[in-house]
Amino acid sequence: MLASAQRLRWRIGRDFHDRLVEAVYSESARLADRAVAWPGRKPRFDWDRAVDRIVTSRRWGFPLMVLLFAVVFWITISGANVPSGWLSWLLVDQGAGWLRSVAVEWGVPGWIRGLTVDGVYLATAWVVSVMLPPMAIFFPMFTLLEDFGYLPRVAFNLDGLFRRAGAHGKQSLSMMMGFGCNAAGVVATRIIDSPRERLIAMLTNNFALCNGRWPTQILVASLFLGTQAPAWLAGTVSSMAVVGVVLLGVALSLVASWLLSRTVLEGQVSTFSLELPPYRPPRLWQTLYTSFVDRTVYVLWRAVVFAAPAGAVIWLVANVEAGGQSVAAWIAGALDPIGHLIGLNGVILLAYIIAIPANEIVIPTVLMLTVLTSGLTGVGAGAGVMFELESPANTLAVLEAGGWTVLTGVNLMLFSLLHNPCSTTLYTIYKESGSWRWAALAALLPLGMGFLATLLVAQIWRLAS
Amino acid sequence: MSARSSEAASAGCADCPARPIAQLERLGIHVEDGDYVVALAGNPNTGKSTVFNALTGLRQHTGNWPGKTVTRAEGGFQYAGKRFKLVDLPGTYSLLATSPDEEVARDFLLFGQPDVAVVVLDATRLERNLNLALQVMEITPRAVVCLNLMDEARRHGLAIDDRRLARDLGVPVVPTEARARRGLEALLSAIHDVAAGRAACRERRLPSEPPGFKEAVDHLAGLVQRAYPRLPNARWVAVRLLDGDERIIQAVRTGEWGFSDAAASPGLPPLAT
Repeated sequence: MLASAQRLRWRIGRDFHDRLVEAVYSESARLADRAVAWPGRKPRFDWDRAVDRIVTSRRWGFPLMVLLFAVVFWITISGANVPSGWLSWLLVDQGAGWLRSVAVEWGVPGWIRGLTVDGVYLATAWVVSVMLPPMAIFFPMFTLLEDFGYLPRVAFNLDGLFRRAGAHGKQSLSMMMGFGCNAAGVVATRIIDSPRERLIAMLTNNFALCNGRWPTQILVASLFLGTQAPAWLAGTVSSMAVVGVVLLGVALSLVASWLLSRTVLEGQVSTFSLELPPYRPPRLWQTLYTSFVDRTVYVLWRAVVFAAPAGAVIWLVANVEAGGQSVAAWIAGALDPIGHLIGLNGVILLAYIIAIPANEIVIPTVLMLTVLTSGLTGVGAGAGVMFELESPANTLAVLEAGGWTVLTGVNLMLFSLLHNPCSTTLYTIYKESGSWRWAALAALLPLGMGFLATLLVAQIWRLAS
Repeated sequence: MSARSSEAASAGCADCPARPIAQLERLGIHVEDGDYVVALAGNPNTGKSTVFNALTGLRQHTGNWPGKTVTRAEGGFQYAGKRFKLVDLPGTYSLLATSPDEEVARDFLLFGQPDVAVVVLDATRLERNLNLALQVMEITPRAVVCLNLMDEARRHGLAIDDRRLARDLGVPVVPTEARARRGLEALLSAIHDVAAGRAACRERRLPSEPPGFKEAVDHLAGLVQRAYPRLPNARWVAVRLLDGDERIIQAVRTGEWGFSDAAASPGLPPLAT
């Protein structure tokens, strides 16, 4: 049958395909021409055109885009603080306390109580209270922009930049989504048709600083960099530092895309036609509902699934003792030389290993481990119990007792940007790409870059001072 | 057929969005043992998902963005005592299967054997949207054209003669404004008529066929039909084979769709979730 098709194809002629497509097109044109009339004149003013002329213009397109996303992130971060506080009070303070007292009442052995309440429950509650509010704010806003029709314009603006990096123009959108959550950003790469470019977008999504890492950046920047500047400049300096890290992430995602497209993922840049759809008023309630169900709950559930076992691990390493020292202290001690080499310390590296489920719990884990290993008393809630301090000055005191310097702060900011994605994102990459090898590369690529960057900074810093 | 479009064109009470659509019961995702399967195709940005949601009562995300619906969505509704299973296909510009979306849409139209294929068109971009409608109708003539976004077309100063379009295409054409839920009742009754075989749909042929084309297609279609008796549209496969469509050639070689044996409903290829 196939042979006969082959033979017949030769007989009919090679331009057959073009003729088929052409026939469809001309038939459409003919039918449309017969059916459509233009009785009224065009409306005097075309809003879509006018708006497009501004948001996709060479001069205003970029600044407007940056401004719009800055507003979105500002609303997300500042708006999430209050509900996060409520949830944290309810789930972490009240919930954990109540569970502890119930466990004591029932006579549950201490180690089971620690493992389940201080470990599993606390990690899960922490992840929910710090992740839920920002996601519930960011995703609906993002979806509203999408429904309004702005996002295709973003892709249009950034297309040239990404094409030069060997990536797909729509990667700009999965990257934007990644600023909210990398796992959601990886899912968003589905809009890219070409498998090669989709993989590039997945592997580089982690360079977009996700919601879970913003608080780390802001805290460390204000503690270690803001304090270096005169008081009236402190706020500006620390926010500039955070913006700098974000822009560095964007630049590195382009560099990494370029590298990937010239090595393991070599190939042609696929062309795509992007329709700039008409602006349409978004349907508010439906958007709120769907973005909550499709994105927020989906991502949160995956995070919870990973946070629960990690909570157990965090509690165990801090409480299981060997040779008069906790396992955590042993590992942190063993990691210290490497940590020191790259301007960090063993505690930070250990925290990044055991807090892999969510970047949100890195800082609480760092604080707990610092107190544990430096033998501070009167701070914290006990071995294996994550905590945060109300006042920045106290946090700084704890960290300085752990041997932190300005270099540690700078390098932690770099490492927070450049390290393996959280396990939720890695699992999503595995699910989407269908291979552990790509997930492994997605972890090793930023990790390698992170080690290199922090190593360089640490060496130059030490030479200079 | 012409009775259908005149009903659709009638304005007034029947089109008022406040009036509940008689005989329509939205079944959401409960779609087991439907009487008819209806496929919903269309370009991106035509309000296809809005139509889907309006008919099923589901809240599938309506995004104006190619690649939004990568997996199909299914929903159900009951109309005039019959149960319909509605399958929302990914929004595509063509069915040439150059992307996963197009492949999903095409495979379902070919092998999912829908009783009716509803093609949602953007009335303001009729010419480009008709490309897809014509390609769908090459696969199955049992189609209903849903001329959506009529409100936007009016705002742009366009007047569309849906009756003439229906005559030219040979299938029912229903003007709708799915956002405002206008025209859905006419759409439902058109779907019902086509599903029940009450509306006559004309098969279409390419207007200008190269010499030797018909003989070649007839010959190949005969071969295809003999090899795969269960295949719904051997002629279309023959044309694709002649065109040298890699995907179809591969499918015929491996018999991967299983249409040569008793695999009754091949459905859609699985996608990552």
